[in-house]
Amino acid sequence: MAHISASVYTSHVPAIGAALDLGKTDEPYWQPLFAGYEPSKAWMRAHTPDVILLVFNDHATAFSLEMIPTFAIGMAPGYAVADEGWGPRPVPDVVGHPDLAAHIAESVIQQDFDLTLVNKLDVDHGLTVPLSLLFGQPDAWPCPVIPFAVNVVQYPPPSGRRCLELGKAIRRAVESYDAPLNVQIWGTGGMSHQLQGPRAGLINSEFDRAFLDDLIADPEHLAAKPHIEYLREAGSEGIELVMWLIARGAMADLAGGPAPTVEHRFYHVPASNTAVGHLVLEEARS
Amino acid sequence: MNDKPYRDIPGTTVFDAERSQQGYWLNQFCMSLMRAEHRDRFKRDERAYLDEWDMTEQQKQAVLDRDMNSMISLGGNIYFLAKIGATDGLSFQQMAGSMTGMTEDEYRAMMVNGGRPIEGNRYASEWGE
Repeated sequence: MAHISASVYTSHVPAIGAALDLGKTDEPYWQPLFAGYEPSKAWMRAHTPDVILLVFNDHATAFSLEMIPTFAIGMAPGYAVADEGWGPRPVPDVVGHPDLAAHIAESVIQQDFDLTLVNKLDVDHGLTVPLSLLFGQPDAWPCPVIPFAVNVVQYPPPSGRRCLELGKAIRRAVESYDAPLNVQIWGTGGMSHQLQGPRAGLINSEFDRAFLDDLIADPEHLAAKPHIEYLREAGSEGIELVMWLIARGAMADLAGGPAPTVEHRFYHVPASNTAVGHLVLEEARS
Repeated sequence: MNDKPYRDIPGTTVFDAERSQQGYWLNQFCMSLMRAEHRDRFKRDERAYLDEWDMTEQQKQAVLDRDMNSMISLGGNIYFLAKIGATDGLSFQQMAGSMTGMTEDEYRAMMVNGGRPIEGNRYASEWGE
């Protein structure tokens, strides 16, 4: 049977992708940020999964206001890298895993989470920047990826509680898949940032560090945090952090198993307008 | 009536369902700029291109003026408005900074120094609003 081996969390700031693509990673502005991901890149080389379920949000790229699904899962064999207005990032196209995606969709919907099934999805920086941060600049991504898009653009996004419970349902789905796949689940976006209005540029490191603490040690409590608290304390775009709860919900300790180990934790301000947070949680080996 | 407690956050407009309806055509116009041929037509004659969309005159004028705060107040969403910035060759930091009343250098310096602090920026009352 398939199993979830780890969850990975990271911000997905577009400027990080631009810095990588333009060869600026050694500049003093960017060097501390990329250095903070080196331990995770080394860990990832030794723990490359068979498939990644990557939770992210589309930024008005694939979904216009004609239709924005709250939860959408990618069913396709592959996904093109989107042109977000600056031209597509020079990174490999994403290879999907249609069979596991179909299994998860069927299982999770029957566990009362109404997913939208998507067969065409150009993926934007929300999905490609995390891959670049953890895998660098390969000619092809080292494993298939199932994109899992969450609406955090059109308010309100799903609640933290619903996200955590969805993660638990995804875990049950993965564990009932009849092939011995090693699956990682990634949660992306955040941390504190606000991109609009006279309050743009807001950063709240105290909020972010407490969020990381609670995500590790007390996710059930964290799931009760109301939207207003994210908006007020972490900025209007900081609410992307609810997506991290989906990945956290898929870990064994929330299904009666042992707590995961923290393989790496990193926090840095700023990347462009944003506070960058990053965690790798590995399941205890059975 | 739904409770909208976020209305008392200063300098912040939450893109809720009501805003989304207000800004539908403004945001769909922005979305069209993801195609190079549309960017070219817009740049050649902005007014003519805007007139193809069912936007209010105020929304069109805000686009022509590149007044981001005004576009937001008329239902624009930052991720859609970013397509205008990309068409103009601006970074996200330049766009965000343009809404704060700070110069580009001042905004960049604020971010490098840890960003806008949360203290004094939680409630409209703290801004004298």
